[in-house]
Amino acid sequence: MVKLDAKIPQGPLAEKWTNYKAHQNLVNPSNKRRLDIIVVGTGLAGASAAASFGEMGFNVKVFGIHDSPRRAHSIAAQGGINAAKNYPNDGDSVYRLFYDTIKGGDYRAREANVYRLAEVSNNIIDQCVAQGVPFAREYGGLLDNRSFGGAQVSRTFYARGQTGQQLLLGAYSALSKEIKKGSVKMFTRREMLELVVIEGRARGIIVRDLISGKIERHSAHAVVLATGGYGNVFFLSTNAMASNGSAVWKVFKKGAFFGNPSFTQIHPTCIPVHGDYQSKLTLMSESLRNDGRIWVPKHKEDAEKIRKGELKPTQIPEDRRDYYLERRYPAFGNLVPRDVASRAAKERCDAGFGVGSTGLAVYLDFEDAIKRLGKHVIEARYGNLFQMYEKIVDENPYETPMMIYPAVHYTMGGIWVDYELQTTIPGLFAAGEANFSDHGANRLGASALMQGLSDGYFVLPYTIQNYLADQIRVPRFETNLPEFEQAEKEARERIDKLLAVNGAETVDTFHRKLGLIMWDLVGMGRKKEELEKAITMIQELRKEFWSNVKVPGKNEMVNPELEKAIRVADYLELGELMARDALEREESCGGHFREEYQTEEGEALRDDKNFTFVSAWEYTGEDKEPKLNKEPLVFEFIEVKQRNYK
Amino acid sequence: MDLTLKIWRQASAGEKGKFVDYQVQNISTDASFLEMLDVLNERLVREGEDPVAFDHDCREGICGACSLYINGRPHGPDKGITTCQMHMRRFKDGETIVIEPWRAKPFPVIKDLMVDRTAFDEIIQAGGYVSINTGGVPDANAIPIPKRDADTAMDAAACIGCGACVAACKNASAMLFVSAKVSQFAVLPQGKIEARERVQNMVAKMDELGFGNCTNTYACEAECPKEISVSHIARMNREYLSAKLVSQKE
Repeated sequence: MVKLDAKIPQGPLAEKWTNYKAHQNLVNPSNKRRLDIIVVGTGLAGASAAASFGEMGFNVKVFGIHDSPRRAHSIAAQGGINAAKNYPNDGDSVYRLFYDTIKGGDYRAREANVYRLAEVSNNIIDQCVAQGVPFAREYGGLLDNRSFGGAQVSRTFYARGQTGQQLLLGAYSALSKEIKKGSVKMFTRREMLELVVIEGRARGIIVRDLISGKIERHSAHAVVLATGGYGNVFFLSTNAMASNGSAVWKVFKKGAFFGNPSFTQIHPTCIPVHGDYQSKLTLMSESLRNDGRIWVPKHKEDAEKIRKGELKPTQIPEDRRDYYLERRYPAFGNLVPRDVASRAAKERCDAGFGVGSTGLAVYLDFEDAIKRLGKHVIEARYGNLFQMYEKIVDENPYETPMMIYPAVHYTMGGIWVDYELQTTIPGLFAAGEANFSDHGANRLGASALMQGLSDGYFVLPYTIQNYLADQIRVPRFETNLPEFEQAEKEARERIDKLLAVNGAETVDTFHRKLGLIMWDLVGMGRKKEELEKAITMIQELRKEFWSNVKVPGKNEMVNPELEKAIRVADYLELGELMARDALEREESCGGHFREEYQTEEGEALRDDKNFTFVSAWEYTGEDKEPKLNKEPLVFEFIEVKQRNYK
Repeated sequence: MDLTLKIWRQASAGEKGKFVDYQVQNISTDASFLEMLDVLNERLVREGEDPVAFDHDCREGICGACSLYINGRPHGPDKGITTCQMHMRRFKDGETIVIEPWRAKPFPVIKDLMVDRTAFDEIIQAGGYVSINTGGVPDANAIPIPKRDADTAMDAAACIGCGACVAACKNASAMLFVSAKVSQFAVLPQGKIEARERVQNMVAKMDELGFGNCTNTYACEAECPKEISVSHIARMNREYLSAKLVSQKE
């Protein structure tokens, strides 16, 4: 097994980042101009990193799959961003945000990384306000906060239900400023196909121009991957249609280790699935759990009548309702972490208490909040979410409770990185959802935005310098080097192979089938036999894909079917790794719930003695089993406990 | 439900386009408009035909990628939503639906229903930001901002950059888009410092890119999926005028 060095700085927890910054290597301004950095992805992590690198004086090239950097999927984050400002004076601190995040992640994240995240969280809010991000404010003119799952303080900053949008537009504005200045060059509608490694270091990428189909080579001294998560492996998820795992999968196959691939977040409050034509699922922000109460009928006969359409939820009297989260977790109630809330919903529905025509839904009810606060207050807080719900479901949530069910939302797993966010390939860094680093086995609400911006604004600008400091004598790379030739050839061959199959089934058909396997067997509850079955089924589906997929057209054109085919081909390999990782981890932790390992009360049962480590998977070759390496997690500063939200 | 679709097909920017009729059957009324197009495309692929290209991504009304005229109206017949939020229950069985790309000179067609909206990015690059670098900024609560101003800024900042305002305008004016950004920064203390240069540079860029003038028909506001108010255009005009006057004096 490879010994993984997380490069955690010495010293007490609260001094590690300060010590790191005090002793790291820097690059002087005249040398920065001679160094090139490629950033792949323009979401919160990518845009903020690229803008910051540009400001520092590096030459930056940014690549995104959309027509504009502003469309990256960070835009869709609704609820908010956490920070340890303690403006409400309710007992928050850097330590408490750190502690909540480690505990929320079920003790499967690195202490040092998470502490740094909590430490820089306050800088993010300052930065965004200075950029003109219109966060919600109180009448006195100061910033407003609300609470989110897994915390007993109010530390979430927000901009109505569009926090991700406003933060991304902030980062996009900083990026636009640098593009105008000429320090950053933006390449839109480009998809990364391969990483170029020269003498063991990341030195460039191969991309496809999604308009012309032209395959391009780009070189740099370092490459940053900020390409987001791979939740779309499930076909149905809250991710955007184009969100994909191909870039992370490509670097995995070039030697970057993959951390905890099975750690998937299933978000409790999404609009339930309704038809087989459905293309994606819609999230209803966790912030709704501040005021909404979750319930199902207490009696099965009521649930049955509701499913048949014979009874309406508003006709069920209070004493025949089961507010199961408040019942099971009185201390946190409706604000338990996402993994706990999702499992509890599944448990009720599996037991026959689910509502909606499919029985796979629970109620999120605002009746009490409207009575208590008035409709106008609820409208001001969640108006856009209520409107979104009404458009999709055709029911008015001010009058009848919303129906929600868990859906795939986020992947805590990702490319393994050390404290510097560097992967096992020197010169290749991973940021935001693309890396595995800070959320352990479960991410808390409003922490994804925090991590993306922390990585991009406040971590990478330091740590990448530490790497580039010894690269100042390395001249720019020509793209006619054999390594570029080879990488381009691999990319082209793969595309040609996809186009040549000319089978009978569409890409989406395969993607849907894969999604069902993943949801049924590698979803919210996982079992040994089912995971083994999933691995076999995915292998078979992969074979079928390569012999029967139909990709129309050619490479040299706008070809969305080809784009999808490239991504689904990768999902068909990535899905198997996720199942393998889930099989290997014989414990339950956070979002990873193995049915075999649970307490008598049905809570996740960790096995700290045997599984307090990060699974870092290593690629060993086509059709060979990947190798599991372990990075032990050492908890020096906090006591590892059974998570308790009761 | 069964529908007849008249869809604009155009192989590339340089080629001539035309309307092509398609029949789709058994579409669920709960399906979204784009899911209906998915169903059509899936069939076209099976039949060996070129599927219809259209921009889309988040499918929840926030990324601003989707961009269709549906029966002559940007984002379709409903108020305050994007194309991806439009559901088929809004249409009648047997109806004929006309689907076109945004029609505006600064947004050239790429293929079928996809257009190039790079011009919007260029306008933002001309000044749609506060010129500060990462780090070294004051505490977030150091400058209190009246809630009213923060709310106005948020109303403006809700713009998703989809281009419906341009598509709706008979002059292909980008005034609503530009004014939303100008307005957001004009009411915030952080944005005030560069307000004068910003409004002039952004308006100059907008003109240079070939967007038309505003003749106060308010079609932009009516079709904006985020219902951004034309009052921002009024604010931008005030900002522009006073910026011009002051710069002339200087």
